[in-house]
Amino acid sequence: MLWYITQSKVYRMHRYIFRRLLLLIPVMLGVSFLVFTIMFFTPGDPAKILLGERAPEAEVQALRTQMGLDDPFFVQYGRFIFNALRGDLGRSLTTRRPAALELFARFPATMQLAAMGVLVAVLIGIPIGIVSATRQYSVFDGASMVLALIGVSMPNFWQGIMMVLLFSIVLRWFPSSGYGTFAHLIMPSLTIGTSSAATITRMTRSSMLEVVRQDYIRTARAKGLSERVVITRHALKNALIPIVTVIGLQFGYLLGGAVLTETIFSWPGVGRLMVDAIRQRDYPVVQGGVLMLALTFSVVNLLVDVLYAYIDPRIKAQYK
Amino acid sequence: MNDVLLDIRDLRVTYTTEEGLVVAVDDLNLQLRRGETLGLVGETGAGKTTTALSIMQLVPSPPGRIETGEIFFDGEDLRRKRLEDIRNVRGNRISMIFQDPMTSLNPVLTVGFQIEEAIMLHQRLSQRQAGRKARDMLKLVGIPEGRAGDYPHEFSGGMRQRVGIAMALSCNPELLIADEPTTALDVTIQAQVLELMRRLRSEFGTSMLLITHDLGVVAEACDSVAIMYAGAAVETADTERLFTNPRHPYTRGLFGSIPSLDEDVPRLSPIKGIMPDPTELPTGCRFHPRCPAATGICAERTPVMVAVEEGHEVDCMIYEGLVPEARIGEKED
Ligand SMILES: Nc1ncnc2c1ncn2[C@@H]1O[C@H](COP(=O)(O)OP(=O)(O)O)[C@@H](O)[C@H]1O
Ligand SMILES: [Mg+2]
Repeated sequence: MLWYITQSKVYRMHRYIFRRLLLLIPVMLGVSFLVFTIMFFTPGDPAKILLGERAPEAEVQALRTQMGLDDPFFVQYGRFIFNALRGDLGRSLTTRRPAALELFARFPATMQLAAMGVLVAVLIGIPIGIVSATRQYSVFDGASMVLALIGVSMPNFWQGIMMVLLFSIVLRWFPSSGYGTFAHLIMPSLTIGTSSAATITRMTRSSMLEVVRQDYIRTARAKGLSERVVITRHALKNALIPIVTVIGLQFGYLLGGAVLTETIFSWPGVGRLMVDAIRQRDYPVVQGGVLMLALTFSVVNLLVDVLYAYIDPRIKAQYK
Repeated sequence: MNDVLLDIRDLRVTYTTEEGLVVAVDDLNLQLRRGETLGLVGETGAGKTTTALSIMQLVPSPPGRIETGEIFFDGEDLRRKRLEDIRNVRGNRISMIFQDPMTSLNPVLTVGFQIEEAIMLHQRLSQRQAGRKARDMLKLVGIPEGRAGDYPHEFSGGMRQRVGIAMALSCNPELLIADEPTTALDVTIQAQVLELMRRLRSEFGTSMLLITHDLGVVAEACDSVAIMYAGAAVETADTERLFTNPRHPYTRGLFGSIPSLDEDVPRLSPIKGIMPDPTELPTGCRFHPRCPAATGICAERTPVMVAVEEGHEVDCMIYEGLVPEARIGEKED
C-alpha cells in the first residue's frame, strides 16, 4: 500500500489528474468573472426585459430589488458564483425556465457537432498530412498545401452559406438546415471541421517531416522494415505528440465555431441558444453558456494531456 | 566460399547542398575478408558514415546519391538488388550499430519490442518465441531481461548502446557495421562496450566493419585497417603492419610520432591544416595542401594505390617514386 502511494505510476497519474482538476477552479473563476463583468456593464435592464418595455416604473423597480439587481457588483457576483456552484445558473429571462436546464438540453447537439467536426478534421488531416510528408514537394504535397491554405483562410459562415447554395439548393443532396438524421449532420460538420482539417494537415506534415529525419527512423530502416511499417509504427506515434495538442486546441476552436455554424444550419445547440440569448439580453443563459463551453474546453484539454502520457512514455515519467 | 565478404569498388557518393555538391566518398576501394574486423579510420567528415550507409543502401536521398561504384557483398552487388531483397539483407545479413545511442532508439517503443521486431521480421518465430529471444539477447549484452518492457529514456547511454548491439546481433548477421559505437560514451563505458562487442563478435563469428577515429580502438579490436581521408582510403594494411610501419604522410601525421604496439597508443593528434572543403576537393592528391612532403607534382597528378609490401597499400606518390621521401617523418614545429 505504501508502495502504491509513493511509487506506482498509476497513483502518480491520478495525482496529476487531481492537480489538474484543482487548477480548473481558478480558470473557471476567471472565466466567470470576465463574463459576469461584461454582462453587468452591457446596457439593458433584466427587470425591464422580464416585464416588457411598457411596464410601470414602480413595478420594474420592485422586481429589481427582488432580484438583487441594486446590490453592489461584488455582492451580485458572489451570489452568482454561489448559486452556480449549486448548479443554479438563474432562470432564463425569456422562457422563465432554469438556464442550466435550457443549456443542458442543447449540450448534446453541440457536442455531437464538435465531435463530428474533430472526427472529420482528423480523418482528413492526418492521412493527407502523412502522404504529403512522405512525398514532400510532389504534386500531391503541393496541391494539399494549397487546399490547406484555402481551408484555414475560408471563414466558417461563408463556407456554410456556399455549401448550402451548392449542396442544398443546386444539387439538393442534403437538407439546408435542421437536426435529427445523419444527412443533417454532414454539412455542419464539414463546415465546422474544414479549417481544423487544414490545420491538422499542416501540423501532421511538418511533424512527420521532423520525425522522419531522426536517427531512430534510420535505425528502423536498417532493421529491414518496410517503408509502410517505418512510417506507421515508428514515425507516426512520435509525430502524433504535437498533433494531439493541436487537436485539443482545435476542439476549443470548434466550440467557438459552433456558434456561427449552428446559426447557419439552425442546429439546436448551445451556440445558437447563446446567439438568441445575446440578442434578447438573456443574461443567465449567456453567462451559463460561456461557463459551460469553457468547462468543456478545459476538460477536453485535460483528457488530451492524459492521452499524451499514453503516447509518450517520457511524459508519463514526468508525472510526480 | 568467397574469401572476401565485402568488396567496395570505386564508390563515389555525393550530397547536393546549398553550398554545392559535397563529394562525401570519392573513388573508395575497400575489402573486408570473412571473419575479420576491419577498422575504418578517419577524421570527422572523411566520409565514414556515408560509406556505411552506402553499404546498407540507406544514404538519404535527396540530398545524397551513390553516383558510381559497386558494393559486392558475398559476391553480389548490393546496388543492383531490388529494394525488397535489400530489405531482406538489412538487419538480417548486414546490421548496423549507430554512433549516438541517445537518438538511435525509438523513444516511444520498449527496447524489448525494438529488438523483437527485427527478429520477427527475419526469422520464422512466433511472437512469443521472438519475445523470448529478444530477452535472451538483452541478457547476453548484460541487461536484465526484466527490463525488456522499459523505454529507452530509462537507460543510460552505455546501456542503450548495449541495446543497439543486442538489436544488431539478434538475427546473427554475417557483417556488423559499427559506426563509432563508443564515441558518444564515457571513457570507462567505452572500454566495457568495446569488450562486449569483441566477445560477441568472436562468439557469433561475425565479420565487422568498425568505424572509428580512435587508433586505440583499432589497436585493440581490429585485424586490419583502412585509413580514410576526404572520401577515399589512403592506406590499407593489417593492424600490426600499419602500426609498426605507417607509410602515408597522413597516417604518420595521425600517429604524431612513429608509435609501436607496446607503447601507449596515441589518439589522433591533430595534423596541421584542416580537412578540405568537401565541395571543392583539391586537385591531384587530396592531402597535398596539408602534406609536409608535398612537391609540385602532388597538386597536378592523382596518386595510384601501390603495394609497399604484401597486403599493405598506400595512395601516395612517394611510393611511386615520384616524390622524395626525405622530408616526411621530420618533426615540424
Ligand atoms: N545528409 C547530408 N547532407 C549533406 N551533406 C552531408 C550529409 N551527410 C553527410 N554529409 C557531408 O558528407 C561528408 C562526409 O560525412 P560523413 O559521411 O558523415 O563523415 P564521417 O562519418 O567520416 O564524419 C561531410 O562533409 C558531411 O558534411
Ligand atoms: Mg560519422
